[in-house]
Amino acid sequence: MIPASFDYHCPSTLQEAFTLSQEFGEDAKYLSGGHSLIPMMKLRFSEPAHIIDISRIQGLKYIKEEDGILKIGAFTTEADLEFSDLCNDKYPILVDVSKLIGDPSVRNKATVGGNLAHGDAANDHPAVMLALKANIVAEGPGGTRNIPIAEFFRGLFETALGQNDILTEIQIPATKAGNGGAYNKIERKVGDYATSGVAVNLTVDTSDTVVDIGIGLTNVNPVPMRVSRAEEALKGNKLTQELIEKAGKIAGEDCSPTADLRGSEDYKRSITKELTIRTINKAWERAKASL
Amino acid sequence: MKKEVTINVNGTSYTEEVEPRLLLVHFIRENLELTGTHIGCDTSHCGACTILLNGDSVKSCTIFTVQADGAEIATVEGMMQDGKYHPLQESFKEYHGLQCGFCTPGMLMRAIDFLKHNPDPTEEEIRWGISSNLCRCTGYNNIVIAIEKAAEKMREVEVETVA
Ligand SMILES: Cc1cc2nc3c(=O)[nH]c(=O)nc-3n(C[C@H](O)[C@H](O)[C@H](O)COP(=O)(O)OP(=O)(O)OC[C@H]3O[C@@H](n4cnc5c(N)ncnc54)[C@H](O)[C@@H]3O)c2cc1C
Ligand code: FES
Ligand code: FES
Repeated sequence: MIPASFDYHCPSTLQEAFTLSQEFGEDAKYLSGGHSLIPMMKLRFSEPAHIIDISRIQGLKYIKEEDGILKIGAFTTEADLEFSDLCNDKYPILVDVSKLIGDPSVRNKATVGGNLAHGDAANDHPAVMLALKANIVAEGPGGTRNIPIAEFFRGLFETALGQNDILTEIQIPATKAGNGGAYNKIERKVGDYATSGVAVNLTVDTSDTVVDIGIGLTNVNPVPMRVSRAEEALKGNKLTQELIEKAGKIAGEDCSPTADLRGSEDYKRSITKELTIRTINKAWERAKASL
Repeated sequence: MKKEVTINVNGTSYTEEVEPRLLLVHFIRENLELTGTHIGCDTSHCGACTILLNGDSVKSCTIFTVQADGAEIATVEGMMQDGKYHPLQESFKEYHGLQCGFCTPGMLMRAIDFLKHNPDPTEEEIRWGISSNLCRCTGYNNIVIAIEKAAEKMREVEVETVA
């Protein structure tokens, strides 16, 4: 499968990238790890006349805590997350998700920034970042913008990023005592997109009362979604299995999956419910361990 | 518009003009005539095209050659050093880690990267570790055994490797 011809540009600074993007407009696409874009170009679903390879711009590959915020550079790969000591120690939800994305060789190229910028509800990071209440940093010719993740996903493959914008950083509130997160997905085989996936980030106090909670779902809605009604049902209440069961039930009801090769609508609702229950329990276990 | 790239493959530096859309696997197989790297699915799934790009296992059917400008690449042809098999090659041979051999170059490249991160893996870790690579013949058991045995050997002796 040979993609259509294109001209290749390889800027070394953000400013050069913006200038190229402004010059070519809709005919150009940014390229990062290429593991969503190149398969689409090989199938000729995407035929950009200009590829602007942003991956050589320095300084956008890091995972660090600073001023109470976990900062992830856009070019950080899934393998970087998977093997990061910081994530393994303090943010196991990010290790959960990276290990479930693609396969080990895909994870060596796929970037976290690209996973979000692609705006695909089948990708796994959107649900995780919704649960973590992340903040997206986008830079463009007009300057830097902070976009709350709740406002980032706009529609099918559509995000709040403008044509010339480059997603540069993902910011997540640093974890604290009582906080725990987990991600899980059902996939038919390694490398498949989720039949359903659930991300939970939970903060409890010493009496197991939910202080804060985020729940995000993968691939069971046209746009990555938060399960607000389930979050409200849990927040301020003491966690019990009945309550968790109720949250799971809401997740199964509020999502809006379409039947496809991965299963019927009913099946997807039912596993979304079950996965939500399991993932809340996993996050709770981790939250308690951190107290 | 063609682009000039300089890529080091198995220790030899090559400079060529390529079309930007030329996939790395085609560059390796057709321009350099290193046909050990295979094309199986051409859809980023099977791993037959796996090479090491600056030491990391990647699927060369999903990378443009221009993205590898300035990089160091290792393919199966670079595994043998001074006329001697790499312990992984030795082990695949001894423990029947291959039948038709189509998946083998990719499997070997993947195994090098995997053992770099995890020199003393469990059986389950090996199975997850090679989940980027499909084999139609062996049923994987002997591949897993071969990697386990090679890991043992590689922990004992310092190996000169391509990566
Ligand atoms: C076999 C296979 C299996 C996969 N399985 C999964 C899976 O299970 N779960 C999952 O979530 N993903 C999966 N992926 C997708 C993979 O994670 C992608 O690599 C990722 O979604 C996109 O990251 P990228 O760096 O490769 O982006 P690219 O492919 O380079 O770009 C994707 C899109 O985002 C834009 N873009 C990229 N980076 C930026 C940026 N910094 N700023 C602005 N725009 C940008 C590009 O213009 C393009 O439109 C799989 C891919 C493959 C090939
Ligand atoms: S040919 Fe590249 S993954 Fe199959
Ligand atoms: S040995 Fe034939 S595909 Fe693996």
